Amino acid sequence: MSYVAPVKDIKFVMQELAGLEAINKLPGCEEATLETVEAILEEDARFCGEVVAPLNRSGDLEHSVRQPDGSVKTPKGFKEAFKQFGAGGWQGLHFPTEFGGQGLPKLVATAAIEMINSANLSFALCPLLTDGAVEAILLTGTEAQRNTYLPKLISGEWTGTMNLTEPQAGSDLALVKSRAVPQADGSFRVFGQKIFITFGEHDMADNIIHLVLARTPSAPEGVKGISLFIVPKFVVNADGTPGKRNDVYCASLEHKLGINASPTAVLLYGDNKGEVGEGAIGYLIGEENRGLEYMFIMMNAARFAVGMQGIAVAERAYQKAVAYAKDRTQSRAVEGSSGPVTIIHHPDVRRMLMTMRAYTEGARASAYVTAAALDAAHHHPDATVRAENQSFYEYMVPLVKGFSTEMSLEVTSLGVQVHGGMGFIEETGAAQYYRDARILTIYEGTTAIQANDLVGRKTARDAGKTAKGIIAQIRKTESELAQFEHGDLAVIRNQLAAASKAFEEVVDFVVANAKADIRAVYAGSVPYLKLAGITVAGWNMARAALAAQAKIAAGDSDPFYATKVVTARFYADHILTLAPALRSAIVGGAEGALALELDQF
Amino acid sequence: MKILVPVKRVVDYNVKVRVKADQTGVETANVKMSMNPFDEIAVEEAVRLKEAGIATEVIAVSCGLLSCQETLRTALAIGADRAILVETDVELQPLAVAKLLAAVFKKESPDLVILGKQAIDDDSNQTGQMLGALLGRPQATFASKVVIEGGAAQVTREVDGGLETIKITLPAIVTTDLRLNEPRYVTLPNIMKAKKKPLENVKPADLGVDVTPRLKTLKVTEPPKRSAGVKVPDVATLVAKLKNEAKVI
Repeated sequence: MSYVAPVKDIKFVMQELAGLEAINKLPGCEEATLETVEAILEEDARFCGEVVAPLNRSGDLEHSVRQPDGSVKTPKGFKEAFKQFGAGGWQGLHFPTEFGGQGLPKLVATAAIEMINSANLSFALCPLLTDGAVEAILLTGTEAQRNTYLPKLISGEWTGTMNLTEPQAGSDLALVKSRAVPQADGSFRVFGQKIFITFGEHDMADNIIHLVLARTPSAPEGVKGISLFIVPKFVVNADGTPGKRNDVYCASLEHKLGINASPTAVLLYGDNKGEVGEGAIGYLIGEENRGLEYMFIMMNAARFAVGMQGIAVAERAYQKAVAYAKDRTQSRAVEGSSGPVTIIHHPDVRRMLMTMRAYTEGARASAYVTAAALDAAHHHPDATVRAENQSFYEYMVPLVKGFSTEMSLEVTSLGVQVHGGMGFIEETGAAQYYRDARILTIYEGTTAIQANDLVGRKTARDAGKTAKGIIAQIRKTESELAQFEHGDLAVIRNQLAAASKAFEEVVDFVVANAKADIRAVYAGSVPYLKLAGITVAGWNMARAALAAQAKIAAGDSDPFYATKVVTARFYADHILTLAPALRSAIVGGAEGALALELDQF
Repeated sequence: MKILVPVKRVVDYNVKVRVKADQTGVETANVKMSMNPFDEIAVEEAVRLKEAGIATEVIAVSCGLLSCQETLRTALAIGADRAILVETDVELQPLAVAKLLAAVFKKESPDLVILGKQAIDDDSNQTGQMLGALLGRPQATFASKVVIEGGAAQVTREVDGGLETIKITLPAIVTTDLRLNEPRYVTLPNIMKAKKKPLENVKPADLGVDVTPRLKTLKVTEPPKRSAGVKVPDVATLVAKLKNEAKVI
């Protein structure tokens, strides 16, 4: 099998680090007992491994292809697998039961997101975007809109898209030009061109529900004049069935570096095609001119999901690299051997595999802890606890997105490297993960956008309060580690203490200079994101080592725990040690980054 | 029509099985366990009979440790209506299991018992046959097709020479072969529903069955490692070796 879900590590992280038991006690999370969660993980792992994963390579070769009539054919097997995904109820895992979901916590959904993305990043984008559409309609839709669209989206009969980008409006959405013209019946007609629309057109579902940012005629300039509209591919009849073909068509699909099976569409609204006359019929969702604000609320969920994609593709690349390293025989061992050995015996291959493993496990730990915080932010009975968890979650989202995706570039690149020359050959399959991962630091806000968010909204705005709160928690873990005077946990403590000190100094620097020397702070924003991401993941790896050590001390002989301690130790020595170096780049590095005159470039 | 489906919890088929250091058995600590694949086919077949309107109730039963509950929950998630665990930590051998199942049979009076032809751990291939004998009911083993009509089962069996079709009177015992069906993927809503289905826990003593092992395992060892081959200079030598040493031609 090409992908075996790391159910054991996922379960460990959920129980020992993210506090599944505590989440299960929250009102509204009663269904998420350990036994149920185990059953869900096992069955989902099986579905993802046996049905979705085998379509990864074939989908990459085949691509989604636009047909002359504007329809899009997805690769062989996608349609059937998506039908099974919907029928299996997986789209509805964490959505409300009243619309056909199962109402499970975000923590459980996080595991499902990871597994399906590991199995097939391109395929998983369709449910990921549908999640976004469901969130938007749940959040801002009228009762009628919810009843019309949510059950079909949650059952996987229909899918959703997010239409933000236009050729002139990428990271800067204030420049959106698409128009929405009000009609006598209260609906709108939408005109304009949207680009980079993931699964904007495909053959896997009966209808596609586009969520579109556009301006009404009376809208003010800039970000405060953008509204959000529902534009169905087929206008929905009174009885809930798909009706007339709306005036939204796929003009072309992009030719991309990766995620080739996922159709990235250019959509034309109001090109006078279809069966409804000129202009795509759309319905305002929420209040006029507040579209961007709604988008930003959903954005946290979408950014978190993209962070999970980074962890997912890193896990898949790691599994492939390990399999190859255990199989490929080349050269004698450096210390001498009777003949050539499998390359996993070579120290540098070990280092590469451990780097891949440590980054993946560290990022996974941070992400699941973040998901649990969101559950507590929603369901905890105590308002203070809810608020604390909400600010922790908000601080963590740019880290989960930025750090997990940046590390996925390194991990998938190492995956190619472990394969040597064969890794550069497409048939091997390692290259696909590298190409697929490359989009992750770009879409849903580039790493720089995440870093801006981290500096501005998440650090400067509360004068570093949330960040300092996390540092205080790290210090608590450090003192728990202090009981070990030598060995792996003592090393972990030393490296963690150095990293948390660097983290604190950088937070102080950001807060102190956010107004006085804003260019310097922003020049160091991505290194700050990396430092914070590395340190928080390292902290969670340290917590993992403590939990594993406790199991070992209690007589548990499962080798998983000893492996976890070693991985945490490796993380401490090889990855946490990057934090002090990044501190130097941030605190003193702006000079070199910004000094050149433009014509010196 | 009521169907009883015995299911066994075994080491997952993807796991590379290792022998315990003291040679008393195979290592099961920290090893992924799941439902015996042949039993999964049995559950699937029973649920299909129910979905086709032929069966009215599907009862899954498992004998062994408390953790067998998990395996029963899987059966419930596939579509069984309720489950019975015969809980014991005694090592169960096929005859003991057959006796326990016979006792459950007498309590439940099903029209059909459908179970895997063998379990992938000990490969005994005995329980179904012993159960038939203990109950004095007909058996059809290695089924690749089951048709129920008029109080009888017409079963296609996979035998050495090809396929054999027999008709047996119900109540009867059917054991499944691999080609009977392809089990479905369990859906999320059914996992959630399975939690709420009844799961009864009984002990062998409640059923009046003595499960004390009759056989003693002396030791368990791994198969011998394949030794290195030899190169032969020409075809004549190869033929000679096959004739005289391997004695295969």
